[in-house]
Amino acid sequence: MSNTSIQSKPDNVPKHKINWGRLEEAERFSEMVKLFRQGKINRDDFRRFRLQHGAYGSRMTDDYSMIRLKLPAGEVYSEQLEKIADLSEQFSIGSAHVSTRQNFQLHWVALEDVSEVLRGLAESGMTTREACGNSVRSIMCSPLAGVCPDEVFDPTPYAVGATKFLLRNPLCQALPRKFKINFTCCEKHGMARMVDIGLIPQQGEVNGKPQRGFKVFLGGGLGAQSFVGHQLEPFTSEDEVLYTIVSVIRIFDRLGNRENMARARMRYLVNEMGWEKFQNLVLKERAMIKMLLSVIIKLEVDKTVESMRKISISSEIPSVPQGYARWVKSNTFKQKQPGFSCVFLTLESGDVTSNQLRAIADIAREFTADGQIRNGFTQDMVFRWVRDEDLPRVYSKLLEVGLANPGALTMASVVGCSGTTSCNLALTNSHRLAKEVQRKFIELKIDEDDDLRNSTIKISGCPNSCGQHEIATIGFYGGGGRLGKDMYPLYSMSLGGRADETTTLGHSCTKVPAKRVIPTILKIVEIFKSDKKSGETLDLWVKRVIEGNGGPTIKSLDDIKELLKPVVIAPTKDQDEDFYADYGSDGSYHTKTGRGECAA
Amino acid sequence: MCGLSKEKTTRVTVDADKLRSEIRDKSVKVLDIRKEDDYKQGHIPGAINLPLASLLADDSPDKVLQYAQSFGIGDETPVVVYDDTFGALASRVAWTLEYIGHEDVSLLDVTYGTWKKLGLETSSEIPSTVKTNHSLKLQPQILATSDYLVPAKEKGAILVDNRERLNYLEQHIPGAINIPYRMLASGQNILRPKEDLRRLIQNRNIAPDSEIITYCGSVGTLSGLGYYALKSLGMDNVKLYVRSFKEWKSLEKPIEKQNDANYWDLSAE
Repeated sequence: MSNTSIQSKPDNVPKHKINWGRLEEAERFSEMVKLFRQGKINRDDFRRFRLQHGAYGSRMTDDYSMIRLKLPAGEVYSEQLEKIADLSEQFSIGSAHVSTRQNFQLHWVALEDVSEVLRGLAESGMTTREACGNSVRSIMCSPLAGVCPDEVFDPTPYAVGATKFLLRNPLCQALPRKFKINFTCCEKHGMARMVDIGLIPQQGEVNGKPQRGFKVFLGGGLGAQSFVGHQLEPFTSEDEVLYTIVSVIRIFDRLGNRENMARARMRYLVNEMGWEKFQNLVLKERAMIKMLLSVIIKLEVDKTVESMRKISISSEIPSVPQGYARWVKSNTFKQKQPGFSCVFLTLESGDVTSNQLRAIADIAREFTADGQIRNGFTQDMVFRWVRDEDLPRVYSKLLEVGLANPGALTMASVVGCSGTTSCNLALTNSHRLAKEVQRKFIELKIDEDDDLRNSTIKISGCPNSCGQHEIATIGFYGGGGRLGKDMYPLYSMSLGGRADETTTLGHSCTKVPAKRVIPTILKIVEIFKSDKKSGETLDLWVKRVIEGNGGPTIKSLDDIKELLKPVVIAPTKDQDEDFYADYGSDGSYHTKTGRGECAA
Repeated sequence: MCGLSKEKTTRVTVDADKLRSEIRDKSVKVLDIRKEDDYKQGHIPGAINLPLASLLADDSPDKVLQYAQSFGIGDETPVVVYDDTFGALASRVAWTLEYIGHEDVSLLDVTYGTWKKLGLETSSEIPSTVKTNHSLKLQPQILATSDYLVPAKEKGAILVDNRERLNYLEQHIPGAINIPYRMLASGQNILRPKEDLRRLIQNRNIAPDSEIITYCGSVGTLSGLGYYALKSLGMDNVKLYVRSFKEWKSLEKPIEKQNDANYWDLSAE
């Protein structure tokens, strides 16, 4: 063991390098709110402005906002987490929410205080600009980028470079609809095929010389109608990446459907036009831009190798706390750099308190060599560059603040969109349901079952897929059911979704009442256990059934549906009143929705 | 002298350095309103203990006057109050003194915890006090009662709820706006700098001469801090609804809520 016990807080903690924020945008926001309140700007114009600056309306009211940060590549530093913690305590509800696109969201902020939050964020180098609205949303990058054993090179600087070029760029201020770009480290850890532009690093050759480049996928995306992206060409060299991105955005800007909001995402354009035609258009556009532009545009990629700071390792051997082995198995990931691990935090539906954020900031300072935190793709947060020897101490620290739940990288970690906690479109409380499922599964130690490890459960509160249910092994989206005159919350369940190199959208199986979701999943596990081949995992078993190679007892999803019938049957209200109330509500269930905020 | 003391009443907070020099000059009475046990373990030198619970057990003007007199607080004695609860409890005591007609009362701008963290002197000595006289001049213009709220609101008064956001969303007095007490502090100070506070008020389009009534959950502590935050901006027409939401509910008066949203489930608490 090298350097021993430096107990004081390290003073060489990295701070944010890029200032994405602009103080003047906070000031302008406050002016605009005043004008709006005085009736000097109409509702729609104000709404467009508000969304462009990351403030979403809240369920059934415009008087409160959900503020979405834009954290390029999901990177965030300790000082920034502390700022978010303060802002949440002062202006939001004392908790922040980690989204499935690596951002933090602060809910129920009074419209009049949004400018104060933007001001605070800008003071710490953060922005909300183009986090909502018809813009290029935060550019994602796998939280394992740079440390993943399967990656060809670290795509992080490319994601950051693309953000530098596109943020506040006039090119993307009024697109037909939102636009999403993901960089991923490898085939497994990202969703390259489920976004407008997805990029996976690969090594290629240009004029006989080895060169970095990407596999570029276009036209994928989740939503009321989901599509899997198409690969543009075998290899897109790094010099061509920005030309390619710009070409695609220009085509979308020109040809995207501005008449019908429900068909406006680029994936519909690709689908309606046909892939080959779209592909040709992109290649032509790119050739033309390269010829016509008088300047060469290239991603500004910072390739300086980050020097990792030395971190303290205690010389004393810590006593290993209860539950450590279980946690280390389900929440840590061995980096390609020997001796280092990533630590994933199991949050509940992505919610984290201000005090927990401060503890996370402290732990990052003390234990991570890169002094950074990255938000993940599944409402989670990740420490990277933690020394293996320090893991027991990290676990102890997490235990103190209630963040040491196991299961992060297993089926026990459930994704749930915000649902009726704040969203106008939601039909059910998917957010709370995801928490309930997760609590139950951790209690049942589902995370310890290797057969279930690679599977996922994701829940959306409506058909719009913010909870990404269509790429889950077991996915749910909310709606309403009825028995006689009584309504109850009812989910549609799909099976077999995945987002790796064999990206598949889930196949619809059956409808499951909210209060029967947990027994239904447990029943599926039971069916799987009795039907699986030796060594087969749940996700692979479902895949086999869907592909028609099931057996002996389960030949198709219909067979599963049949076996679930007794579980999902609706009792009368007299038999079970609780069945008719959604999670988090005492009263009778009814559906109520307002206007969607995604597009404006 | 009269002019001077008038000016002093606008002193809402006092910083640690100023208080230390006033303690040295013996020109100030300091009230520590923490629990007796905490006080006995250490307090700001010369501070007199008045636990909030004792005050709340009977906060009738006569009783408060008795306290003031027994502590040696005369009509002109400057008083500084502190707590270890972000200034909210101290605010309630300060307001009570103001209500019986004591003009020169201020809040220490940090908590006792911060005072200690700053390494400033403490003492466990209990000061002796000499009884003095204090007149009773009730200040009804800083008190709001449940009967007062509705007509005042109809005449344009602004009702401010200082509880946390989720509590406010769940239920509040109809028409109240929410300024959670957490918004009022910054860093180690119990109140933000004036320019910050002013921005929060301006963003809400509240005119400086508005009549404002603050309230909170039960006994007027959080809203006491809200009262002094507004006073620190020089807003004079501020009242404390001291019996707050607890009384409002017990009187079965109308309540408003943010409907159709399960916001509590967003909390990670």
